[in-house]
Amino acid sequence: MLDVKGSEVEKLIADSRQPITDSPQKMAYDKFTILTSSAVPLPLENVDTDQIIPARFLKATERKGFGDNLFRDWRYNGDDTPKADFVLNNPLYSGKILVGGRNFGSGSSREHAAWAIYDYGFRCVVSSFFADIFKNNAINVGILPVTVSPEFLDKIFQAIEKDANAELTVNLPEQTITIVATGESESFDINGYKKHNLINGYDDIDYLQAMKEEIGAFEAARPY
Amino acid sequence: MSNQPTTLFDKVWDAHVVRKIADGPDVLFIDRHFIHEVTSPVAFLGLESRGIGVLFPNRTFATADHNTPTINQHLPVADPLSANQLKALETNTAKYGISHWGLGHQKNGIVHVVGPENGITLPGMTIVCGDSHTSTHGAFGAIAFGIGTSEVEMVLASQCIMQPKPKKMRITINGQLGKGVLPKDAVLYIISQISASGATGYFVEYAGDVFENMSMEGRMTVCNMSIEMGARGGMIAPDEKTFAYLNGREQSPKGEAWENAVAYWQTLKTDEGAGFDLEYTYDAADIEPQITYGTNPGLGTGITKHIPKAADVLDGAASYAKSLNYMGFAEDESILGKAIDFVFLGSCTNGRIEDFRAFASVVKGRKKADNVTAWLVPGSHIVEAQIQEEGILDILTEAGFQLRQPGCSACLAMNDDKIPAGKYAVSTSNRNFEGRQGPGARTLLASPLVAAAAAITGKVTDPREFL
Ligand code: SF4
Repeated sequence: MLDVKGSEVEKLIADSRQPITDSPQKMAYDKFTILTSSAVPLPLENVDTDQIIPARFLKATERKGFGDNLFRDWRYNGDDTPKADFVLNNPLYSGKILVGGRNFGSGSSREHAAWAIYDYGFRCVVSSFFADIFKNNAINVGILPVTVSPEFLDKIFQAIEKDANAELTVNLPEQTITIVATGESESFDINGYKKHNLINGYDDIDYLQAMKEEIGAFEAARPY
Repeated sequence: MSNQPTTLFDKVWDAHVVRKIADGPDVLFIDRHFIHEVTSPVAFLGLESRGIGVLFPNRTFATADHNTPTINQHLPVADPLSANQLKALETNTAKYGISHWGLGHQKNGIVHVVGPENGITLPGMTIVCGDSHTSTHGAFGAIAFGIGTSEVEMVLASQCIMQPKPKKMRITINGQLGKGVLPKDAVLYIISQISASGATGYFVEYAGDVFENMSMEGRMTVCNMSIEMGARGGMIAPDEKTFAYLNGREQSPKGEAWENAVAYWQTLKTDEGAGFDLEYTYDAADIEPQITYGTNPGLGTGITKHIPKAADVLDGAASYAKSLNYMGFAEDESILGKAIDFVFLGSCTNGRIEDFRAFASVVKGRKKADNVTAWLVPGSHIVEAQIQEEGILDILTEAGFQLRQPGCSACLAMNDDKIPAGKYAVSTSNRNFEGRQGPGARTLLASPLVAAAAAITGKVTDPREFL
């Protein structure tokens, strides 16, 4: 087992990108640093991934067009007409930040949920509590999940209620989220490795590709 | 390694860490990787766009299950999108030399049923799959959890995954489960106590008399539902029952390798005094047959109880009201006696032979209610064959039921097995989310016994009346 310090991570990733950056390599997702945007409020708890994208829309074999079916059954009636009372159909609200209630993203491991959110145009989801698998999936596709305190979440919802265009600033390098109008701010957690990936647009596979030999030796020693 | 008392979870996790990243995740080696048609195609596309291959194809196993029809499987799949996904799985597995039990293969079935059934799942392993109920395999003392498609690509490319180590929780139930109380009831009870997010961030170990005395099928049902309390996974220490279940299975170790494996597996238990971040203890005597009434698995209660008042539930008031409204239920109503329209017996939670035995024990000599549509879907062809061999099929047929062919079916309703909008289904599957079993469908999660009683009476019924 090898311990690697944060500062070495950068070099390892840089090394690992060598072989595959020879050919023009598409960046897995856009880099994330500082985002200032208005936000879309969804003040419900336990928003599960079956709501984010229902199973019947998982039949594609490519990662395309999932944004159209984001929150499909909350957003559209059975006859495909928009439901006027759902927030995504309300022209008052827009922006690159989605603010959800507690336990956001519970349920199925479908990464399609994160793809749908990204494809729709969100780059950041704010909640007071995320389900584990969703959180991983989000980071892996370039969406920043920001966990705030329940009190700060309430403040955000209040700010948006007061002014639908209220802006939030999410500063990843500083690990802070700020309600622009009031200046109220809170810091959030993210591990150094994942932060580095998001800021640079790297992903885990880049890192793991550089470990092939080490992994090969490990595999050879497994009993089965 | 020191002589510090260690948990089962730590023993297995630590044995798989290839590298620790400071202020980052662990690089965890994965022994077994299961894939299916829905969450793998984009991962294979990713490999191609990077120009890399599959590092250890013999550690990945493919089965088609999520999106397959459960009748007329010998005919071409009618839905072109579903057919396309099945084709992609076939092409991708052939290209990279991955074992593939596609539609029609005699080993085909739900991924979490066929893995253990064929001895692919073994104690002490790390196991992942692009399906959150991968936690099922924890019944064997493995660390097993669901992953997203980026991670599927990661495992194909490197046989590793980047994961921060979760916290540890132990849930102990001592005593003996009462008559008519099944493993499904035990786990629904736990979820109703700690809520659908109560174990988020944790990996659970189940301990105590109830789990020790439980069959492997029952343990799989319990570990399967770990994700429904938010846990990444759940596990139970392997014991003689585990070894007996695995001995002689197609891919289990044989001969000396078997002896060595068992010797190692016997060390896989939590040492006396090992620490957990959180512990819960329950008494088996408090558990009656359970049923859910809301739109997350935490909204469940004993079948004889009333639907709780908003003030007594952990969910927020707005979410709770939305949930009951969707279900067409009101606070403080009795659940017993509610009319139902559909019964679904199946899924990786309750689609194994014991579940069919339990269902048959209630419907034997009785008749299905005319107003109930019942979908009985075995978890695999092996289960299907057992149902016939044991004479269960005859009992079911006589009672007016038909058996469908294996697959995930109405668990996620990706194929044609959709519960119609507004209809009530008593389901042995694992999720009662809005629309999970079809747009507008209303799901009541329960055990195979409760499902059987509902199928006979056409309403929510305490199965103990029939035992
Ligand atoms: S039966 Fe349901 S939970 Fe199990 S693997 Fe299939 S879709 Fe997932």
